[in-house]
Amino acid sequence: MTYLFQQVLNALQLGSIYALIALGYTMVYGILTMINFAHGDLFMLGAFFCFLAATFLHLPFIPTLLIAMIGVAIVGVLIERFAYKPLRQAPRVSAIITALGVGIFLENFTLVFAPYPQSVPTLIKNTTWVIGGVSISSLQLIIIALSIVLMILLDFIVRKTMVGMAMRAISWDKAIVPLMGIPLDLVISATFALGTSLGGAAGVMYALAFPVIDPYMGVLIGWKAFIAAVVGGIGNIRGAMIGGFILGGVEILVAAFLPSTYRDFVAFTLLLVLLIFRPYGILGKPRPQKV
Amino acid sequence: MKKIACFLGLVLIFSMLLSACGGGGGDATIKVGVVAELTGDIPAVGASCKNAAEMAVQQINDAGGLDVGGKKYKVELFIEDNAGKADQSASAAQKLITQQNVVAIIGPNASRYAIPASEIAESSKVVLISPWSTNPKTTLNANTNESKRYVFRAAFIDPFQGRVVAKFALDNLKAKKAAVLYDVASEYNKGIAEFFKSTYEENGGTIVAFETYTTGDKDFSAQLTKIKDAGPEVIFLPNYYSEVPLQIQQAHRLGIDVPFLGSDSWGSTELITLCGADCEGYYFSTHYAADAATPVATKFIDAYKVKYGSTPDDVAALTFDSFGLLWQALQTAGKVDREAVRDALAKIPKYEGVTGNMSFTEGSGDPIKSAVILQVKGDKFVWFANANP
Repeated sequence: MTYLFQQVLNALQLGSIYALIALGYTMVYGILTMINFAHGDLFMLGAFFCFLAATFLHLPFIPTLLIAMIGVAIVGVLIERFAYKPLRQAPRVSAIITALGVGIFLENFTLVFAPYPQSVPTLIKNTTWVIGGVSISSLQLIIIALSIVLMILLDFIVRKTMVGMAMRAISWDKAIVPLMGIPLDLVISATFALGTSLGGAAGVMYALAFPVIDPYMGVLIGWKAFIAAVVGGIGNIRGAMIGGFILGGVEILVAAFLPSTYRDFVAFTLLLVLLIFRPYGILGKPRPQKV
Repeated sequence: MKKIACFLGLVLIFSMLLSACGGGGGDATIKVGVVAELTGDIPAVGASCKNAAEMAVQQINDAGGLDVGGKKYKVELFIEDNAGKADQSASAAQKLITQQNVVAIIGPNASRYAIPASEIAESSKVVLISPWSTNPKTTLNANTNESKRYVFRAAFIDPFQGRVVAKFALDNLKAKKAAVLYDVASEYNKGIAEFFKSTYEENGGTIVAFETYTTGDKDFSAQLTKIKDAGPEVIFLPNYYSEVPLQIQQAHRLGIDVPFLGSDSWGSTELITLCGADCEGYYFSTHYAADAATPVATKFIDAYKVKYGSTPDDVAALTFDSFGLLWQALQTAGKVDREAVRDALAKIPKYEGVTGNMSFTEGSGDPIKSAVILQVKGDKFVWFANANP
């Protein structure tokens, strides 16, 4: 029983990081129907901003987190302005290829400055409590709690504020809504800023939990988070959260009860089966294709 | 029009860059190629390899060249990056052989890159010496299971290393229950984990957990929780220095407090930088101990320290030895010829290297040599025990 409980805790930690990254994919898809494949690398940038702020500026946790989130948001908005905006009328494939290119650019740009894996200093003094045989570390609790707070905040912004309302309107109809006087570019920038800053926050938490970072760390995680977004129903914010926790849970529990070599194989087979029965994801709705 | 001008401009710049690289090299030179992991997941390995290679070549050239068959040859070095990728290792080897026309290739270091590169060298009939690769498959033909003709190494092999660590766990640590966590997608890690398991079980130990992950994973919580539940007395992590710190830190966070053991992939000073106090007191097997060195090794270590300002790790020492083996083979052969070098190298009776004495016998690309066990103490690796073949 304690074994199961320990593994559930592990799953919550991994799942909350997946969920935060999946949100970035889903928000961009919701508003532009494009997949921002550079998102995993923006997550990596978040980890590196955290490393820079903590190592060279010696900042404590909260300012480091804010710097990383703002830094990544700025990069995200710039990428949208210079790389994606000129292609807004181009075929979807062009935009996706560009996103892949931007991702490779970010990896190699970071590689120039940090060819070695870097060690992130300890920002939060870690204490481990043992309760009934289950080891709970303060870091684990902070990661899970902070992710949930960020997700509730995002849900609030999207559902209750003017910006959020504009985002939802644009995702509904990109052609008509600007005619109503809603500044399209500004809202798209805001979406990118929000989505990528969550990726940046995930990068910081990841760097704290697994404090060896390298320029390629975002590739695998980016793919997995993208899958989480698809499983939850891409374009749906609550779906991305659920998808992240499902993927984290499946991965950890497969490794917990089957030989760990089967982990990715079984985990992704289960997700494929799920998509056969719910092709639009758990919360996704089929969009009628306009002719 | 603007686009065409832009394109032409780019073409012009590239052609200038290319022409700047060409040229050089007279008649009396020996061309040697190096394929190293300069970027990718283990760049510290590539950096050490490059440093030692440049030093080995510089020493020869400063002394007026290498005396082969009564004639002095200068050595020209070509270093290629494999970017930490298997396919690029093969294409880098191909490039060195066909374009640079090298007489021999040193590297790649990690087995997962050395194996694809060795296939190219073997089919092109060019000598390849991998300094650091310890997986048996590097020098073995996958189809016939016989030794490759043109592939050699300066390191001992994993069955030997797995046996050394397993015996150490049983005899020195008196641990009867062990757990293993290794990267199933990497040849080196997988090979050594299996050799450790078989020796450990043959000698009366029990493997209570045999867990895996794939390259690039950073979250090992599920596997470590499973290992903790199995209650081992020692945990073996035959993984690379960039991953080991994460594994040990996560294990400590889960409340695991048994000793950890490693293999020669731990032996980079980066391990200590990344791991901090978490790795203190743990043991690993490797090629040489910088603090218990022979005169040959001391000379190398001092020269390296002067040139690069740091203690050479095992990759640097083995790369230097790979070059040493090549020089000796060239001199024995008496001519700069790929086939003659191969024949001389295959039966080197005795080579006095930085990492100890080694010898080769025809029919195997693996040297006969010994290993050492080191302990992590403060910011240094300290000699703990010797292990002979």
